[in-house]
Amino acid sequence: MLDTLKIPGRHYLNDGHSLRSWLFTKDHKRIAIMYLMSISIMFFIGGMFAVGIRFELATPQGDFVTADTYNKFFTMHGVIMVFFFLIPSIPAVLGNFLIPPMIGAKDLAFPRINLLSLYIFWIGAAFTLYSMVVGGVDTGWTFYTPYSATASNTSVVPTAVGIFIAGFSSILTGLNFIVTIHRMRAPGMTWFRLPLFVWAHYATSLVQVLGTPVIAITLVMLGVERGLGFGIFDAARGGDPVLFQHLFWFYSHPAVYIMILPALGVQSELISTFSRKTIFGYSFVAFSSLAIAVFGFIVWAHHMFVAGISTYAAMVFSFLSFSVAIPSAVKVFNWSATLYKGSVSFDTPMLYAYGFMGLFAIGGLTGLFLATLGLDVHMHDTYFVVAHFHYIMVGGAIMGYLGGLHFWWPKMTGRMYSEFFSRVSAIMVFVGFNVTFFPQFVVGYLGMPRRYHSYPDEMQVLNVMSSAGATVLGLGYVLPVLYFLYSLRRGAVAGPNPWGASGLEWHLQSPPLTENFVEVPEVINEPYEYEHSVVKEKERV
Amino acid sequence: MSNAVAQADHHAHAHHPAQQHHFDTMPQQKEAAVLGMWVFLLTEILFFGGLFAAYMIYRVWYFEAFAEASRRLSLFWGGLNTAVLIGSSLTMAMAVRGAQTNKRTATVNWLILTMILGAVFLGVKVIEYQDKFANYEVPGATYNWMYHDERAAAAGGEHAAPAPGAAHRQLALSPGQLQRTTQIYFSLYFTMTGLHALHMIIGIGLMSVITWMAWQGKFDDQYYTPVEMSGLYWHFVDIVWIFLFPLLYLVERHQ
Ligand code: HEM
Ligand SMILES: [Cu+2]
Repeated sequence: MLDTLKIPGRHYLNDGHSLRSWLFTKDHKRIAIMYLMSISIMFFIGGMFAVGIRFELATPQGDFVTADTYNKFFTMHGVIMVFFFLIPSIPAVLGNFLIPPMIGAKDLAFPRINLLSLYIFWIGAAFTLYSMVVGGVDTGWTFYTPYSATASNTSVVPTAVGIFIAGFSSILTGLNFIVTIHRMRAPGMTWFRLPLFVWAHYATSLVQVLGTPVIAITLVMLGVERGLGFGIFDAARGGDPVLFQHLFWFYSHPAVYIMILPALGVQSELISTFSRKTIFGYSFVAFSSLAIAVFGFIVWAHHMFVAGISTYAAMVFSFLSFSVAIPSAVKVFNWSATLYKGSVSFDTPMLYAYGFMGLFAIGGLTGLFLATLGLDVHMHDTYFVVAHFHYIMVGGAIMGYLGGLHFWWPKMTGRMYSEFFSRVSAIMVFVGFNVTFFPQFVVGYLGMPRRYHSYPDEMQVLNVMSSAGATVLGLGYVLPVLYFLYSLRRGAVAGPNPWGASGLEWHLQSPPLTENFVEVPEVINEPYEYEHSVVKEKERV
Repeated sequence: MSNAVAQADHHAHAHHPAQQHHFDTMPQQKEAAVLGMWVFLLTEILFFGGLFAAYMIYRVWYFEAFAEASRRLSLFWGGLNTAVLIGSSLTMAMAVRGAQTNKRTATVNWLILTMILGAVFLGVKVIEYQDKFANYEVPGATYNWMYHDERAAAAGGEHAAPAPGAAHRQLALSPGQLQRTTQIYFSLYFTMTGLHALHMIIGIGLMSVITWMAWQGKFDDQYYTPVEMSGLYWHFVDIVWIFLFPLLYLVERHQ
């Protein structure tokens, strides 16, 4: 049975073995693999800074590093994780690999631009890493003026240049996806037959394309202010530092949806596949992605309630922020309804999906706490905020990413990873995550501010819990590297459709051909037809 | 293959040499390029949008300072450049027309003319920037709002007119206030026109490649997308200037 399966003789991975054949490829799948390697490296560099942060916070005194070094740690952690890991993670790896086969296309609309986006990403990463080698940055990933424009004497400009450049890689990915989804769908692949993963990426791409240019121009303004002595945000010349915050968050709030929307898309695929049911309320889930993308653009000032914006503006933004919770909740309810009476299973990707649902719900609900104007005055800039966004970005986005990676790994490589170790790692990630970040809600509510390297003695227990949990979480992240690499040589051959899933990509061989489809496919089925059409369990060629 | 996928009939006709393998037809390829270009221009609008937002806020706050600072720009050079750019949009449109109608030499000539007009624009910009440097009107440590008037007074004695019409205007702002807030105006002036000029330089670079391709005879009435896309980009850069000119040069210029 399983051992009679063979890796196909011709596929995208053995279509050329030279370095050239990778660096000059136009194949979206190879580009996705190179993105996977690049962002994994960035993830572990960012992780090292997190280790430094948690090590320092194991004791109340600032004894491991100086306050200045600590500032650099959390800044570089944030910069790398946000701009060089989370933003490219699911779109550039899974989206890149999967969108063409999912819609029945041979490649993205602009293969060369796709490769260009990877090179741009590398150049941006090189700038940012360079600035870290020559001394680092200490402004926080938010780069607030006037500190970043005049006071800080660290490498602000090279870091900003790196982020500016990487932004174009994100824009090009989004642009490519939008055009691909509009123009490259196979005959019969109507908008409402698109997998929800594709809908989520469409919404994400809109945010990337509309938001990223604004952070780019904001960084230009910061750069000319710091580098050339211009005065756009300089209060001494009548400029307004709060304008910087408005511009920054006009991108950076939507950017959190660049990070979470693709994970929501992965989640819809996982939930439907592993409960063997059509997704409940397909069009609601699809449109909720668009709604999140749209609402995401009108809530940014909830980061600035105590920055001196007017009370009326604050009230409006508080109210609007609540509205984002509605489409998010629509998704969670629809997934729950999909699970209901489904034939649910506990394969590794699904373990991540269960974890995701709980953690995303907690992260989203605490977002509502913070969006409540009166409460935020107390909680702003405390560890409560840190816990909130880690529940969504780590508990949500990274869980979604890992769930997706485990789900599509057999498609990408043709091989299965160790079921035992992958379940262990999924459980470690879930447990480690909660032990790390739940205490931060408490310690934040008690008033521990973020971005300090020392804290009152009575908060030590909660902080030690957090550091201990981080150790488990870290090990949980290392484990997949080992069994994924091992699976490349020794993993059982997966066959085209090891999960019995319904998407078009599962009709291809694993790993797919360079051109994905030999002939243009014609789609005649509705999406997620688990109940209507007989999909054979563990289907083979 | 399972029942979910049927094979669409495969049409085997001759492909245009410019058709890429992952597109089924030339129109599909073209539509993708056009949509991609418009999405790109959308990102450009938001890119400049951040600056326009900052401009709007500060113009409302410091209107008088903006009006005063705006008078330091030359209407002659600004007006000339506007005419040059609009002219270059015309030549660009002619180049696209040439490509569509298989006129190779015409396409190449119109493209070269467009590049020349672009270069003229940039040359004028250099003259204008030069003047700002000479008058200490570049924001930063050396910025000196008074220098321009003092120099004019020194040169022309009693008859010097510091700024056109200044005698009739009652300024509510002290020289100290002007020294501070006009720097915001010039910060925006240099950032906006600087980025615009950078776009022009990229456009000229792009066009030299297109011109070379046109010269090689790469385009015909079936395939002229690159010419058309460069045209869209060039018109966009032109339109940005059409907004920059009144916003920067014409703040209360009627007095
Ligand atoms: C239900 C939806 C959400 C609401 C209502 C919400 C609300 C908020 C509010 C009000 C703050 C500001 C707290 C403060 O600084 O005092 C905040 C911070 C933050 N949120 Fe959310 N949020 C939501 C979803 C998300 C998502 C989906 C992500 C990420 C994927 C996210 C990431 C962040 C980050 C990174 C910060 C902190 C930024 C910083 O200051 O460094 N949030 N959120
Ligand atoms: Cu936000």
